[in-house]
Amino acid sequence: MVLKVSDLAVSRGGVLVLEGLNFTLKRGNALILRGPNGSGKTTLLRTLAGLQPAVAGRIEAEQDDIAFATHSDGLKPTLTVRENLTFWAHIFGSNHIDESVDAFALQSLLNRSAGALSAGQKRRLGLARLMISGRPLWILDEPTVSLDKESVARFAETVKLHLSKGGAALLATHIDLGFEADVFDVSPFKAKPTDLPFLDEVML
Amino acid sequence: MIALLDRDIKLAIRAGGGFGLGLAFFLIVVVLVPFSVGPKSDLLAIIAPGILWLGALLACLLSLDRIFALDYEDGSLDLLATSPLPMEAIVSIKALAHFLTTAVPLVLATPLFGVMLNLPAEGFVWVMISLAVGTPALSVIGTFGAALTVGLKRGGLLLSILVLPLYVPTLIFGAEVARRGTLGMDIQTPLLMLAGITFATIALLPFASAAVIRINLR
Amino acid sequence: MSEKRSLWEYANPRKFMGLSGTLLPWVAISGGALLLIGLIWGFFFTPDDYRQGSTVKIIYLHVPSALMAINAWFMMLVASLIWLIRRHHVSALAARAAAPVGVAMTVIALVTGAIWGQPMWGTWWVWDPRLTSFLILFLFYLGYIALWSAIENDDTAADLTSVLAIVGSVFAVLSRYAVNFWNQGLHQGASLSMDKEENVADIFYYPLLVAIAAFILIFVALVLLRTRTEIRARQLRAYMARERMQ
Repeated sequence: MVLKVSDLAVSRGGVLVLEGLNFTLKRGNALILRGPNGSGKTTLLRTLAGLQPAVAGRIEAEQDDIAFATHSDGLKPTLTVRENLTFWAHIFGSNHIDESVDAFALQSLLNRSAGALSAGQKRRLGLARLMISGRPLWILDEPTVSLDKESVARFAETVKLHLSKGGAALLATHIDLGFEADVFDVSPFKAKPTDLPFLDEVML
Repeated sequence: MIALLDRDIKLAIRAGGGFGLGLAFFLIVVVLVPFSVGPKSDLLAIIAPGILWLGALLACLLSLDRIFALDYEDGSLDLLATSPLPMEAIVSIKALAHFLTTAVPLVLATPLFGVMLNLPAEGFVWVMISLAVGTPALSVIGTFGAALTVGLKRGGLLLSILVLPLYVPTLIFGAEVARRGTLGMDIQTPLLMLAGITFATIALLPFASAAVIRINLR
Repeated sequence: MSEKRSLWEYANPRKFMGLSGTLLPWVAISGGALLLIGLIWGFFFTPDDYRQGSTVKIIYLHVPSALMAINAWFMMLVASLIWLIRRHHVSALAARAAAPVGVAMTVIALVTGAIWGQPMWGTWWVWDPRLTSFLILFLFYLGYIALWSAIENDDTAADLTSVLAIVGSVFAVLSRYAVNFWNQGLHQGASLSMDKEENVADIFYYPLLVAIAAFILIFVALVLLRTRTEIRARQLRAYMARERMQ
């Protein structure tokens, strides 16, 4: 088990968004979060990644096990693909980028500025960064935004490869990625504002 | 950690404008001062140490909002926050990168600007020493201010208002070292105070800056 | 079962509103009364100083306001620490409420300080250590207030301004020493020294105490009033947010 969530409540901007969440994610599996826009998927993912404190409940996971990715992927346009990747490799304590470069077919792009890449290529670069982190649990927020079908398929292949090597993935996405994964709908967990008897007690 | 330093320096140089902008602004201040106070050499010679300090300080101020803003906007800061690097190290490195790319060029340029302001010969060494000792504090304090305003659009003016009072002790002691050194007076006390402030801010302020970044990423 | 009474009860907004509502009229009225007494006594019933003439009477405004300017900042610091440690919203809002009052006190201190010094110096301003320190304090206040206004999320604003208050306090103390150092050898004799033995004989002293007490009460009244407003405003925002959530 790489992630277990018990009775979790998360909030954004001081407002309770989701509560009573329970799920478990084991290695080799993927979990897809579904729910309408604004339902709190991003908040949940950010909380799991450690960027926001949980309001209530427990998250059982090793912080070191998690690699987080959103669609704004921190890729510097003035650096080349190689420079972007080696930077993250050093940050995560390794020196090797070759495996990820191969996995995402980036060899021909290594010396190109990241700013000159197409949307699909940028996404591949972002995912390569995830792989370089060497961390088992990938938390992905809308990873296939602005990708064409072929790129989505390649993305799905990579995730499957990651899972087969014992990794796990937690994704928020609207798109059917074409691989087997449990689906978790967050809508039923929308937080209900508690009724307080006095206006005077309300601060949040 | 070196990787982050390396990357930030590369970004500053390639972005163009970070590096030269501070120098250009310093030049502007130095050129405008004689127009404001008149070209008399003896007047300029008296105020030169202080003007050089002021120009360097304002030029540092100019590039502060870029310390975190770019990384915040493109998600890098989120990713760095979830990486193995502790936030305190991240903010310290960013302050160091700012110092190396903004402050150091300014310090190196002071001889030229000193000549333009009729700085007396004895003053050159002391102006440079005081700036070299004091500008790290400006970077570290500025990083704290940048952390406070990181999420705000057009937070540049607010950043200046927040940081300026925090700059006062460094400015006072630094300019005093420059001024007294130029006049041949004893500079021990202000230099010690200046160094003390610099070391204390380098050691302690990153904790506050890190806490602030974490708050702003929530 | 009897409850343990403690000051922390008043971290509850409802209890705070209750207590402050009862206290406010009393504090305000007694503050106003003491101020009148202190000022009239001080201005009209004390002899003119042989050296400084009658403008010295401005100390009845200058000293209390200067004291409150510093105490207001100190109160903001303590309230900020309470917020950071115990997360009591009332505390955070009290710090926010106190800041503009502190600014006003600082401005009064600056203006009255300048008026006091003018006969001695011949100009309306000198960069003497005390006045300069108050000017820097004014800038600190401005930054603090500006930061509160700039941040939308209430809790984030409370957190950030609290950290600023802590860091700012350290630098404010540092500035005091720096300014003293900076002003050595300048206008030595003409500094506004407010030491009791030197400038203030007994006969001036008691009205001064009254004025100080008055300013303290007025400060408390203003902060209570403004905190109540801040609490109401915050509650309104919270209610509106809840409505949007439905």
